[in-house]
Amino acid sequence: MKGERRMVPKATPTSYYGQPILKEHVWKGWIPAYFFAGGLAAGLSTIAFHSDRRGRKRLARRSWVASTAALGAGTSFLIADLGRPSRFHHMLRVAKPTSPMSVGTWVLSTFGPATGLAALASVTGWLPRVGRAAGLAAAALAPAMATYTSVLLTDTAVPAWSEARGELPFVFAASAMAAAGAVAIIVTPAAEAGPARRAAVIGSLAEAAGVRVMKESLGQLAEPYHEGHAGDLSSTAETLTLGGAAVVALLGRRRIPAVMGGLLIAAGSLAERFAVVAAGSASARDPSYTVGPQKARLAARAATAF
Amino acid sequence: MTSRVGFFTDTTLCIGCKACEVACKEWNHVPDDGLNFLGRSYDNTGELNADTWRHVAFIEQPALAPATGIKWLMSSDVCKHCTRAACLDVCPTGSLFRTEFGTVVVQEDICNGCGYCIPACPYGVIAKREPDGRVWKCTLCYDRLKGGMTPACAQACPTESIQFGPLDVLRGRAAERVSELHGQGVTEARLYGDDPNDGVEGAGAFFLLLDEPEVYGLPPDPVASTHRLSSMWRTAGTAGAAFALGLAAAFVGRRS
Repeated sequence: MKGERRMVPKATPTSYYGQPILKEHVWKGWIPAYFFAGGLAAGLSTIAFHSDRRGRKRLARRSWVASTAALGAGTSFLIADLGRPSRFHHMLRVAKPTSPMSVGTWVLSTFGPATGLAALASVTGWLPRVGRAAGLAAAALAPAMATYTSVLLTDTAVPAWSEARGELPFVFAASAMAAAGAVAIIVTPAAEAGPARRAAVIGSLAEAAGVRVMKESLGQLAEPYHEGHAGDLSSTAETLTLGGAAVVALLGRRRIPAVMGGLLIAAGSLAERFAVVAAGSASARDPSYTVGPQKARLAARAATAF
Repeated sequence: MTSRVGFFTDTTLCIGCKACEVACKEWNHVPDDGLNFLGRSYDNTGELNADTWRHVAFIEQPALAPATGIKWLMSSDVCKHCTRAACLDVCPTGSLFRTEFGTVVVQEDICNGCGYCIPACPYGVIAKREPDGRVWKCTLCYDRLKGGMTPACAQACPTESIQFGPLDVLRGRAAERVSELHGQGVTEARLYGDDPNDGVEGAGAFFLLLDEPEVYGLPPDPVASTHRLSSMWRTAGTAGAAFALGLAAAFVGRRS
């Protein structure tokens, strides 16, 4: 799409002085950064859990510690983004199944301490049974941790998010897997990082494929993912992810290329989160993405009614 | 619970005086939202946001023959106080709540400014006030309702374009008004937001419009996204299972 001029003018259904109908989200970069950090932690805890069970001690220990660090950073990103950071604990005064953010708060509030406890047990060797139980709990919660953020976005009025509800959870799950494999590669000697390399490569391919499928199924609503700032981010993300996957697949047994490939994949996952959030903004800003699909929906309903 | 109340805004009666905007600001102590000249007919307010809870839209259209020049469509927009309110559903702190009058209100001592309600609203109503950090919107004058009074905008409206009352009464009156207008040949008159079977299960503030909703800056078919939440969780569950299986599979095979 980039660089091409549109030959047919975009159909702009009538709107009020071209003004957006929806309000754009007001999240700062902390939120996509948290989506990345949370997904990363979910993947790392899962890698650590399997490593524990298969006696890969170093991969396990370092993945638990890296996951805890990602969660610490991610939680601080969330608090930093609040309009009233000193009220962050108001998130804990209710548990609301109708709010993906409330569900996510409780997932994070259980997954986080479980991961931290498993990391502590793994590093110190203290309380091995508690560590194992905590590790199991973290691994059990990890799929929810990796995917709830996609539901948080699709459960909105934002066209580019809500209409991607069939695909975005897969994109986020794959992005989490890719990033976790990548970071595990970076923190572990190549000789022990075999499963991390496989996770990074499979995750990267799934992420790139998932984004393609999502754009395909969005039809005209894929434009916000192709154009402008979001489009730049999205194509950068794909290049980084696939480039990193190629480096890891071909040269991943050597330390330096492995680290470089891991960094590329992690950067690709991060860029993809920013791209998705930016595409949402772009789709909310342009009233045609709100009016067009809704008019089409009404017309289809009217056609079946008669 | 007392009976559910709401607004019926009959735009055929609106004269664009903006008394509703002023009364709302004064009563609710809504801060200044800028002294702007927008060049959009007589609209220098722009939109509903954290500091504008009533917004009068002015649309200029070619006059109907034999008259020449332009005609105005004027409409005072407001929070819809949806039956199925996405902002309320997604609020993670319980700050947004349903009052005993069936209206949707932000408890400002609870809101922590997470901002989730903003992209959730299908009408683009609720917004964050900076540097305050919290979200604000029409309360349907919750304090006045508590005291048995009419909301400030409806009280101030000189033409009864903004009508306040029990929602079922308003719906009946609105249906009568539409058939009256149709009888007078105003066939373009239509209700917006009155249908309990629509995507928000009926708005607590609904309108009589003279053109398509998008002309007034309203979404043609608003849907509270939480209608589809369970299917979204099912998709996420499948993706989560794929994530768990994929990572487990990475550990199968050679020990390297």
